[in-house]
Amino acid sequence: MPGKLKAKIVAGRHLPVMDRASDLTDAFVEVKFGNTTFKTDVYPKSLNPQWNSEWFKFEVDDEDLQDEPLQITVLDHDTYSANDAIGKVYIDIDPLLCSEAATVISGWLPIYDTIHGIRGEINVLVKVDLFNDLNRFRQSSCGVKFFCTTSIPRCYRAVMVHGFVEELVVNEDPEYQWIDRIRTPRASNEARQRLIFLMSGELQRKIGLKVLEMGGNAVVGYLQCFDLEGETGLVVRAIGTACTLEKISTLPATATHPSNSSPSKDMKDSPQAAPSTLGCRSTHSSPVHSASSRLSQGFSVSVPTLLFAGMKPRHRSSEAPRARQCRPGFGEEAPGVPLSSGPPTPLRAQTFSSFSPSKSYSRQSSSSDTELSLTPKTGMGSGGSAGKEAGPLKALLRQQTQSALEQREYPFFTLTAFPPGFLLHVGGVVSARSVKLLDRIHNPDEPETRDAWWEEIRQEIKSHAKALGCHAVVGYSESTSICEEVCILSASGTAAILSSRFMQDGSLDTEHRLSRQPLCVFSTGSERVEGDMGSSASLGFEEVVPPGCGFCHIPYDELNIPFPAQLTYCYCCRRYKVPDVLFTTIDLPTEANVTGKGCLIQARLCRTKKKAQGEGNATAISNLLPFLEYELHTQLMNKLKLRGMNALFGLRIQISVGETMLLGLASATGVYLTALPSPGGIQVAGKTPSDITYEQHISNMQKKINDTISKNKELHEINPPEVVEEIIGSPIPEPRQRSRLFRSHSESSDEVSELDLSHGKKDAFVLEIDDTDAVEDIHALLTDSPTPAGFYSCNTEIMPGIQNWTSAIQMFTSVRVFRLNANLTNQGLNKIFSDLCENLLKSLYFKLRSMVPCCLCHLNFTVAIPEDELIQVAVTAVAMSFDKEQSLENGKQSGEKTLIKAITENDEQLQFNLELNAETSSPNPLSSPKGLSEVGSHPSARDRCSSWIEQLKLKAHTIRRGSVKTTSSLEKASPLPEGRSRSLRSNRSYSGSSVAVVKMTPLSFIPGAKIIKYLGIINMFFIRETTSLREEGGVSGFLHTFIAEVFAMVRAHVAALGGNAVVSYSMKECVFMENPNKNQAQCLINVSGDAVIFIQESELESTSVQTQSATTHTSNGGEGT
Amino acid sequence: MSMELDVFVGNTTVLDEDVYQLWLDGQTVTDAVRIRIEAGALQECEANAEVLLSDTMDQFRTFQMCERLLQSPSKVANQLLFQIPPHRQTMLIERYYEFDSMFAREVLGKKLSKGTKKDLDDIGSKTGIVLKSCRRQFDNFKRVFKVVEELKGPLVENIQRHFLLSDVLARDYAAIVFFANSRFETGKRKLQYLSFQDFAFCAGQLISYWTVGAVDNVVENMDVDLEKEFLHDLKDLKVLVNDKDMLDQHKSLVCAQLRGKIKVFSEMEASFKNLSRALVNIASKLTHTKDVRDLFIDLVEKFIEPCRSDKWTIGDLRLFLTHYSSSVHTLEAFRRQVIWDRYMGVIKSCILKMYHD
Repeated sequence: MPGKLKAKIVAGRHLPVMDRASDLTDAFVEVKFGNTTFKTDVYPKSLNPQWNSEWFKFEVDDEDLQDEPLQITVLDHDTYSANDAIGKVYIDIDPLLCSEAATVISGWLPIYDTIHGIRGEINVLVKVDLFNDLNRFRQSSCGVKFFCTTSIPRCYRAVMVHGFVEELVVNEDPEYQWIDRIRTPRASNEARQRLIFLMSGELQRKIGLKVLEMGGNAVVGYLQCFDLEGETGLVVRAIGTACTLEKISTLPATATHPSNSSPSKDMKDSPQAAPSTLGCRSTHSSPVHSASSRLSQGFSVSVPTLLFAGMKPRHRSSEAPRARQCRPGFGEEAPGVPLSSGPPTPLRAQTFSSFSPSKSYSRQSSSSDTELSLTPKTGMGSGGSAGKEAGPLKALLRQQTQSALEQREYPFFTLTAFPPGFLLHVGGVVSARSVKLLDRIHNPDEPETRDAWWEEIRQEIKSHAKALGCHAVVGYSESTSICEEVCILSASGTAAILSSRFMQDGSLDTEHRLSRQPLCVFSTGSERVEGDMGSSASLGFEEVVPPGCGFCHIPYDELNIPFPAQLTYCYCCRRYKVPDVLFTTIDLPTEANVTGKGCLIQARLCRTKKKAQGEGNATAISNLLPFLEYELHTQLMNKLKLRGMNALFGLRIQISVGETMLLGLASATGVYLTALPSPGGIQVAGKTPSDITYEQHISNMQKKINDTISKNKELHEINPPEVVEEIIGSPIPEPRQRSRLFRSHSESSDEVSELDLSHGKKDAFVLEIDDTDAVEDIHALLTDSPTPAGFYSCNTEIMPGIQNWTSAIQMFTSVRVFRLNANLTNQGLNKIFSDLCENLLKSLYFKLRSMVPCCLCHLNFTVAIPEDELIQVAVTAVAMSFDKEQSLENGKQSGEKTLIKAITENDEQLQFNLELNAETSSPNPLSSPKGLSEVGSHPSARDRCSSWIEQLKLKAHTIRRGSVKTTSSLEKASPLPEGRSRSLRSNRSYSGSSVAVVKMTPLSFIPGAKIIKYLGIINMFFIRETTSLREEGGVSGFLHTFIAEVFAMVRAHVAALGGNAVVSYSMKECVFMENPNKNQAQCLINVSGDAVIFIQESELESTSVQTQSATTHTSNGGEGT
Repeated sequence: MSMELDVFVGNTTVLDEDVYQLWLDGQTVTDAVRIRIEAGALQECEANAEVLLSDTMDQFRTFQMCERLLQSPSKVANQLLFQIPPHRQTMLIERYYEFDSMFAREVLGKKLSKGTKKDLDDIGSKTGIVLKSCRRQFDNFKRVFKVVEELKGPLVENIQRHFLLSDVLARDYAAIVFFANSRFETGKRKLQYLSFQDFAFCAGQLISYWTVGAVDNVVENMDVDLEKEFLHDLKDLKVLVNDKDMLDQHKSLVCAQLRGKIKVFSEMEASFKNLSRALVNIASKLTHTKDVRDLFIDLVEKFIEPCRSDKWTIGDLRLFLTHYSSSVHTLEAFRRQVIWDRYMGVIKSCILKMYHD
């Protein structure tokens, strides 16, 4: 389906001097799309040329529109010799292809050269006319919206979450082609940049097609990565979550109702999910799987949960099989345990006409269990069995859910935050790694090997999740680390049980709502349910359970825990069991009950490795990996205890491979979940035969640790949980309930009851100092310095305990490269690496001290080993100031307000929409003079002004679409951009020639502001190279400039789309290579994010809410279609 | 084992004003770190020397990257590389163009050429200003001079428009440009007691009243040069001292006004003719470029020093000059009242400014 791309070159400014004689430039522009090229006239002798060209029109297929960037080259005309290129601008026109995103690209864009960096700016106008009507347009993949944001975008609501989409594209890396030997570095860099642009366009288009196939209209949590494999090629891969999104409108659509619990799916999945794991209790199942796949140099480690810290790695091999056997064990055992299967029975009986009691339930779970080992088809099989057992309606429902979740290959979700009620239970972290030897990709069109590799890993993840009793994996991500020809593929996520509400077709909605009623009624008596049959029970009770603790409740059968764990009753509701520690890769659910504040917790590890080649190398790495992971987990657990916390969110473990070492960095945000038991302290135990000095040493250490714990508790405002207990006052006297339960347990299973009894709440975590490793551990524990006063840090979206953000935000990227000496021991390396990270953090705090009180959010560390003896650490995060005064008094209120307003999608937000529309509907003196008068003085005023204009545009858009649906696309496109360009111009004249402020943040929101429109995804790839490193200020000067340039280009492109912010920004790649001897350096950076328009909340409140209803209705009509 | 690379880039450029000042002062990173430690930077935010070094290096690098832009300040507002809030932009520019008056005093009236630039070493060691900072200040003078030299219109406004400086700073630059253009002699020993601000004030007076732009408000006119016609007309003032009657009459008028009002009346009476002759002679000689350059040294030698040796107070001097200049209006034979007022207005305020120890 063809479209017409139109581009107009308006002017240039700040061009470099290309003609030394005159100190001027004779510039002209080439505009290229696909194979068509247009040229402007030469504008002689000026550094600020005014081309004011005609509209260059390209008639192209939409496939090309999606794949190709618009390429603008600025050149200096030279009569006698070849024209010199000044630089290029690549424009991704994808945002223009989606009707709900941007409509025109217009503004000053930096002209970029891979050798010289930014060389002036060019003002362009780009539009797309699609020849087809909206409906036919939607048939193609280019209507699909992409979001980097890993939650449902703010001004949308999820009608349906379809699930995982993935795709990868491979090609030869131009840098490694033979031609590279004869062409200039510039040509090579540009070939590479262009190729990656093309590849990501293609990738996005292919993913879009998959989404359309699934019936979705958007990809959320879109994560695109590059693997620069070197000789063997270039892989661009992406994963995301396909959704059907709907712009939030006035109608409180049924699906938004905070009820979840469509039982069908839970029923279906929960049985299978029975042996699921919450949190990260100790498990040793992790490194086991490796053995199976090691033969084919494929090796993978799965760490479904935290390793038990007291366990030594060598034990694992023996324990692991046991962990595995547990699953089938459950199936056999379950029927014999009436207690466990009891509770769900009445529940279902209420809901559905017929339901088979415990026996069938357990049988079902066992059947699903066996299916675990099989491939994707499993879901269908168990669905069938369920149908036989249950009534027809239930069968139908089950099948539906089944199909919703399991028909797909992978029940994975790249989301890290969820609509309320979507996330029912959180299992532990599941992860898989595999070491591969890279080989040349022979046929780029069929990247089977790479696909197969990832498939293997995903299967592994899937089976881990199932082994943990969870039917889904959330917060899922994939990454690679490449060194020479060895590649580590990693995937991780959080096993979870989700509500099927968002995964069903609308037709089923009514039935669910019907079925919800009885559930609600029934659930009042739920406390009777002692067994807490994991997910099956929770499915019924999720509505009763306070949302603050529901996700912590274990979804699996406590009688058949596949590994030792401490279970206690939830400290919030007292009804369900919770684990003692919970590890996840997702964000802290907004509704979670948290005591105190959170903090960043990092485990850092360095391990030396012998230099090796090929398979030997891969094997060596494979052998090291489990130890590395085990130790990282131990460190995490220790540090968590040291801070007096009991849960980790946003856990991200990165393992980086170099020629002589392996680096592991685990980052997460520790919190104290009110629902979970208070963590015991850390107890240091020495060797048994000990002398006095040694004991003194030990007791000193113990004292230090205890001091640190209490200091940390104070710092993070973690008040003793005893207080919480009193406040809550559980309906059932706790001890009695407990003992009763224990007894019942012991009846059924001695092992478990023993476990439960043995772990008192106050039990300390024992650290044995019997070898140097342990000493090192303790050392590492105590070297972490606390954050300075006024600072908090986390790597998640929100910091528990802080809500009253001011609008002051500062996004930053910091990169450090450290050179090591040769011949370091593991311990030495560890210390260096740990100090490197600590110092980096310290520097960040110092740098941002003017923002105090402030929180560093989304602290995202990336480690790499660019070459032997170099460690590179890159951090991207945002510092956000908050109001300290308010926090105590109004904190709760305002906090709740923001919570409701900003995070959950419900009436509040709808109201916001009304307000917004109200403002939109009044193109009146009320708001406009206000915006204009302040423009000169205040940066925010300018934002405001532009956003106001944006709203006008929005309105124009919606009205047009709402009322005159039949207009042809040509007509449709014309009035809007004109209005826009006019308004833009006027806007600019008011604010002088200064540049509009564009905020950037790795978070999905902007404090104190409402995102009113998503303009499209920003995905940019740049290469910068220099042959005059010293002259550019050395490596630091070079990289500093480059990063600043990348920021500038991102901001300019966002501004050209009409936006004033980038959310969910991330720097996914920063590959830096240097050769100081040759005075050369090269760097590749890949960044992405969502371009948005936001308006300050304060403004919203000031505008009247009078004329809204009419407009909103129109807009609904328009947007809904 | 060393940090190979260490950068920090904020979406909004992070600028520390204290460190900026150290950079402007031309300190090396090491010295800057030492100064910051002495100023108590380590107490902030639990920093250590390493953190401070990293921060200082990073800030210095940022400023260095900004420097290119600061040299053409109009670009700062519409460049895309650094996102800097407007008020910070103003701060950056203003501070970059600020100078040490000690330094400016040394350079004042000198040709802003390479030759002078070579002397910066000496100026640096004399004033205690780091050479790097001297260079920046000198280059700023030169840059501003080059840009506004050929421009039409009011000098101060031109400077403000092109360099986005505050009114005060733009006026100082106008003085520097004006002095450099006319090459006024300021270096003589006898002038050493005068500060940059004294000269800047005088320059302001000269620019406001003696240049072409002063009379004609047409924008085309230039502010940098003194009005030739006016200087030529000053010759006509000679009559005040050459005509004996007029001189006597003038003296008696002034004495009548001042009797009993100033402490140095007798000294004034005795030296009136000399003083009057000195002022009128200075005026009449201004047609020669050489004598224009010597304006200030002449004023000091021929007028200020005699007054000072007679121990005139500043109040006495003010009264004298007021009546000296106003009583000419009652001299019926004198026709050049307008020229006289234009001349004396500036001379009076300059002398009063320069009359101190």
